[in-house]
Amino acid sequence: MATEHPVAAPSGDQTRIHNIGYRTYDGPRLGRAYARRSLYSQSLRGAYGLGRSVKSKVTPMLMFVVMCVPAAIMVAVAVATKAKELPLDYTRYAIVMQAVISLYVASQAPQSVSRDLRFKTVPLYFSRPIETSDYVRAKFAALATALFVLTAAPLLVLYVGALLAKLDFADQTKGLGQGLVSVALLSLLFAGLGLVIASVTPRRGFGIAAVIAVLTISYGAVSTLQAIADAQNSTGSIAWMGLFSPITLIDGVQSAFLGASSAFPGGVGPTNGEGVVYVLATLGLIAACYGLLMRRYRKVGL
Amino acid sequence: MWTTGPALFDLRGTLRAPYDSRLISRQLCGVTTGVARVTMVEDVTVIATESLSKRFPRVTALDRLSVDVGPGVTGLVGANGAGKSTLIKILLGLSPATEGRAEVLGLDVATKGADIRERVGYMPEHDCLPPDVSATEFVVHMARMSGLPPTAARERTADTLRHVGLYEERYRPIGGYSTGMKQRVKLAQALVHDPQLVFLDEPTNGLDPVGRDEMLGLIRRIHTDFGISVLVTSHLLGELERTCDHVVVVDGGKLLRSSSTTDFTQTTTTLAIEVTDTDEHPDGTRAVRDALHARGVDVVDSGGGLPGAGHVLLLTAQGEETYDLVRDVVADLGLGLVRMEQRRHHISEVFKDSDEQRDAERKEAVGHGN
Repeated sequence: MATEHPVAAPSGDQTRIHNIGYRTYDGPRLGRAYARRSLYSQSLRGAYGLGRSVKSKVTPMLMFVVMCVPAAIMVAVAVATKAKELPLDYTRYAIVMQAVISLYVASQAPQSVSRDLRFKTVPLYFSRPIETSDYVRAKFAALATALFVLTAAPLLVLYVGALLAKLDFADQTKGLGQGLVSVALLSLLFAGLGLVIASVTPRRGFGIAAVIAVLTISYGAVSTLQAIADAQNSTGSIAWMGLFSPITLIDGVQSAFLGASSAFPGGVGPTNGEGVVYVLATLGLIAACYGLLMRRYRKVGL
Repeated sequence: MWTTGPALFDLRGTLRAPYDSRLISRQLCGVTTGVARVTMVEDVTVIATESLSKRFPRVTALDRLSVDVGPGVTGLVGANGAGKSTLIKILLGLSPATEGRAEVLGLDVATKGADIRERVGYMPEHDCLPPDVSATEFVVHMARMSGLPPTAARERTADTLRHVGLYEERYRPIGGYSTGMKQRVKLAQALVHDPQLVFLDEPTNGLDPVGRDEMLGLIRRIHTDFGISVLVTSHLLGELERTCDHVVVVDGGKLLRSSSTTDFTQTTTTLAIEVTDTDEHPDGTRAVRDALHARGVDVVDSGGGLPGAGHVLLLTAQGEETYDLVRDVVADLGLGLVRMEQRRHHISEVFKDSDEQRDAERKEAVGHGN
């Protein structure tokens, strides 16, 4: 039913305005998996403020720079002083920079899920082909990827720098590999915790405060208790206490299996046997976060 | 075109199979007789429920609701808490029914939820728009969530926003929009993937009278111009009378009434008439009332308190002949007819009628008991 309105139709002239009216869509509909991927890429971009206002780009980009600058400085120092090794292990980097990582999770997890709850956009998603699990997986994967980018980028800076400083290639590659596995686990764990906490509240402010509280208070409490235990020479209990905060959990896993030197007081990491418990606890916690998110969103629905 | 006629009628037998209702309505555009159209509307079912019930621990939201909805614009009327939103949730395949079954576009809601949601659009009653993104960005994202490839999503977004009446402002963040503009964005995200059916939940909520009229006109166009069937909920019957082909009234989760809008208005239209006085008939109103009484038409004075009360007569129009009768009576008396207008019905009147009916049934039942 295309109607044409010839505007001043001089003979042979091509100038016409075509009012084509409503056009139907007969092209492909790519379905659930495509929708999930779209949500993933949109959330991942959103975690760095891309496709959002200039204001919301500031925090994530700043965090990214803050994460990478120390690595760049270390590399510069290593190259300049012709050091035999990097001042910091690949595996230690994330532990040292944990405050920045926590802040990033605290700012971006609520951004990712609280907004949808607050502005009630969730029903629009669920009135489309995707299911609860697609939404949860897309959001989880997006934040974990964003965190991985944040934590892996400085490791790559260190690696490139180390190669420029002509440090041993095999050594550095192995270190980088271990570091990447460690930050991958850390990204999954922090993303899960951050999303679970943020998905409870539609208020972004509460979400930010709650995530910071959970991540820092648990770390503060655990490291204080560990220090006390260390002072009283009860070294056996130090390793077990590490199970109770996310960052010490990652620290335990990597000191047991990824050749990292432990940041625990006294430098005593968990033994291999204890390390297995650490790995199980980490994986269990990630799975629990996923389960809780699923439960939460089954209720939110429409 | 004519050769398609018999083929269309065969659809009656293949109702359960997925079909494209639009295909049919577009073919209809070529068919010029009204008869064919009416037959078609009666022939196909877009939504069908069969003793559909939804019980929550404390309340029964839907109580054995059986209703068939054909293509076109259908109004779903009910007071708050009548079960409208619950029905939409079940029809989108998001909430399982306690008992009974339902089909949307020939697809079972219990097993084909995702397929239904791909072909159906939904505009919620509440706000659902993030304030810090532009309408274009938001609708493109929603189009992709419906499965449209990136390029198609952008093209359809531009088209759809233009159709709902958003132009340059679509590049500005939604936070700065008026309520009317936000409603248009909500409508656009429901239409962007070119669905075969849209659910509009209270689309005129919060709009001023002009915005309301524009929205109602837009809803009408969704069917006539876009070929998309519409299920629109409202608690204002008068509003739906102007837009809908068919009206379904639910109350307390039960079906109160389901009939075409013409039936509705034919049986329930109230006429308000006002006449002048002349020397011959110093009280023209009274003269008309008596004359109409003499011809067997019940006339009541309009209730007090309203402007013009006492001069306005209300009578129930039985059809075209009532209008003629009034005209003739007034002309015979030599009076001037100041106004003759249809009075809009409010949903409460339907409820009142049904209450009376229910009371009557109850009395009857008691009578039988004795």
